[in-house]
Amino acid sequence: MKMTGAQAIIECLKQENVEVIFGYPGGSVLTLYDALQTAKYPHVLPRHEQGAVHAADGYARSTGKVGVCIATSGPGATNLITGIATAYMDSIPLVAITGQVAVSLIGRDSFQEADIRGITTPVTKHNYLIKDVNDLPKAFKEAFYIARTGRPGPVLIDIAKDIFAAEIDFEYPEEVKMRGYKPVAAGDITAVEEVYQELTAAKKPLFFVGGGINLSDTSEFIREIVSYTGIPVVSSLMGLGCISEDDPRYFGMIGMHGTYGGNMATTETDLLIGLGVRFDDRVTGLLKEFAPKAKIVHFDIDPAEVNKNVRANIRVIGNLQWSLDSFKEKIMNRSSADWHEQVNPWYETILAWKKDKPLFYKRNSEKILPQAVLESISNITAGEAIIVTDVGQHQMWTAQFFNFKHPRSFLTSGGLGTMGYGVPAALGAQVGNPDKPVVCICGDGGFMMNCQELIAIADLNLPVKIIILNNQYMGMVAQWQRSFYKKNYAHSSLKTKADFVKISEAMGVPAFRIEKTEKMDEELERALKTEGPVLVEIRIPEDEDVLPMVPAGARLDQMIMGGSSE
Amino acid sequence: MKHTLAVLVENKPGVLTHISGLISRRAFNIESIAAGYTEEDDMTRITIVVDADDQYELEQVVNQLSKLIDVIKIIDLTGQDRVHRELAMIKVVATPDIRADVINIVEIFRAHIVDVNKETMIIELTGEEMKIDAMCDLLKDYGIKEIVRTGRIAICRGPKSAKEVS
Repeated sequence: MKMTGAQAIIECLKQENVEVIFGYPGGSVLTLYDALQTAKYPHVLPRHEQGAVHAADGYARSTGKVGVCIATSGPGATNLITGIATAYMDSIPLVAITGQVAVSLIGRDSFQEADIRGITTPVTKHNYLIKDVNDLPKAFKEAFYIARTGRPGPVLIDIAKDIFAAEIDFEYPEEVKMRGYKPVAAGDITAVEEVYQELTAAKKPLFFVGGGINLSDTSEFIREIVSYTGIPVVSSLMGLGCISEDDPRYFGMIGMHGTYGGNMATTETDLLIGLGVRFDDRVTGLLKEFAPKAKIVHFDIDPAEVNKNVRANIRVIGNLQWSLDSFKEKIMNRSSADWHEQVNPWYETILAWKKDKPLFYKRNSEKILPQAVLESISNITAGEAIIVTDVGQHQMWTAQFFNFKHPRSFLTSGGLGTMGYGVPAALGAQVGNPDKPVVCICGDGGFMMNCQELIAIADLNLPVKIIILNNQYMGMVAQWQRSFYKKNYAHSSLKTKADFVKISEAMGVPAFRIEKTEKMDEELERALKTEGPVLVEIRIPEDEDVLPMVPAGARLDQMIMGGSSE
Repeated sequence: MKHTLAVLVENKPGVLTHISGLISRRAFNIESIAAGYTEEDDMTRITIVVDADDQYELEQVVNQLSKLIDVIKIIDLTGQDRVHRELAMIKVVATPDIRADVINIVEIFRAHIVDVNKETMIIELTGEEMKIDAMCDLLKDYGIKEIVRTGRIAICRGPKSAKEVS
């Protein structure tokens, strides 16, 4: 069928079941926007291209579908970079469509020209520059396939302006043929057998779950395995929600701000089974002393993750859907009672660590403490909300004090640590999940980095609840300055005359401030039960630290605990 | 230890940039990189000589390169029975008083003279890196004005092509 390049793109998006696009028009994509409008394609207009890409990311993380965003050439495209890099680090499937100057103008430093393909090469799974309209269908077919299969990731398609108007005899390819891209599904079953043998001999086995479980939708597998065997389990930041916090065998997050029980278990385990993790430096602490007594097993879909940071004794390469299913089958060869008998003493040991030094804060403080706010929100939402955070102290407190129950219920920029992620990602998550409560936890610093998206939230009347934990500092920066730079708070103060409540109201989102401890629960409940969007600002003490903390370059068991439990 | 990798890639614009970008981003030590067309129109072969500290680093190089969508196959030729060659062109001072000496060296190395003028000549030499290094070392005394080298290319002995080696 004959049509324009712009119409062909819309056909491609329909074929890929794209429900909604997050985008911002501009010169080089005008023809595409003209066609989108004519086709009445669902489109959300964030107020900044960075907002568009984070929104597509929040949509993708919460729904499991590929997020799609559009930006114009030059500055539009370069504004996407932080968001693309954020998605790349956390393996989030995105397709970013950018306009490029017309074919005849490429390479001449034309108005709004940027080599976005070159710029995004290190932060995309793959990218395309389309200079011939006939290449469009194949590029779109491949882009969506690459984004969602294997280890997911962002793909960028840069399209020269004249391609949108060029005529094409459209036909969407039925299948993808790429010699260089064949994602592994099933791997080597003997490796699974080997893990099973090791596991039967281990005295102190430990599962370590990561973002890969969330991404591959295999939370049910690991829950079943843990419940059947009683083997203790810990998580990375990205793995939160894979295991319900109610599971008694679950000991929380490990790493720099991990739990005492979790970090001690990692130090003492004799068999660490990493599932969809990448042993990031925030998890391992001093790399050569990480899990020093353990044989390490690494389940991952990406062979390049094995031995990148931590040396694995056994690798199981393949989709977790395959490997965990096979592993589960093996495990069922022994009775649940046998497994429990084997690991119970070890479980009791970790439990004792946890009871000895639980996560704590001053529970009857006169001031409102961030941990209390998060526990309260956690109680009110009862694990049924999608929680989005920005980056910094509030992010770590959320990871520590929130009771996550479901996979894909915690959206955060883990790998790149992108401040400004929270508000637009919450917007995208709410668009993808209109019936679920979405709560965005922000600091005062990160909130300001993309607060313009309050306008989009207000105009669409999306019922996102935004909580700003305002300590008037870049909290995590200040914490490091407090601990490692002799309290020299170099430019980390955000004390300001600005009023977040007024900013929010001016952008169309009703807002109020919670100031009294005794009314906190009640007012949080009021905010979270309100229809439509609400912003709540809560002043918290300037000097509250995230603890425990493993200093950079230290071992996981060298945590700074601070204070004592009550 | 040095490893020679044959990297078969799609013959598309930007692929070499992808590869060299990845190498610098991941801080791999690359000694040489040489690219050219192959027996198949749509395939380019890039020969990379990588200096890896241990098997883990080499594994990382191979695995990370393999993740590039346009990389079709990577073969480590290091353990294989292979032939490897490099081409060098050297512009050396060869004034009439020393020209005979230079020609003498060229003959010993079975090199070729491809250009000559009153002051200099260009010598073309094919061989393993050590041979080229040795010749450059000898010519240094006469005054080398310019050296250009292709980097190593390599091919397996025997009837199988790299595509067929598992």
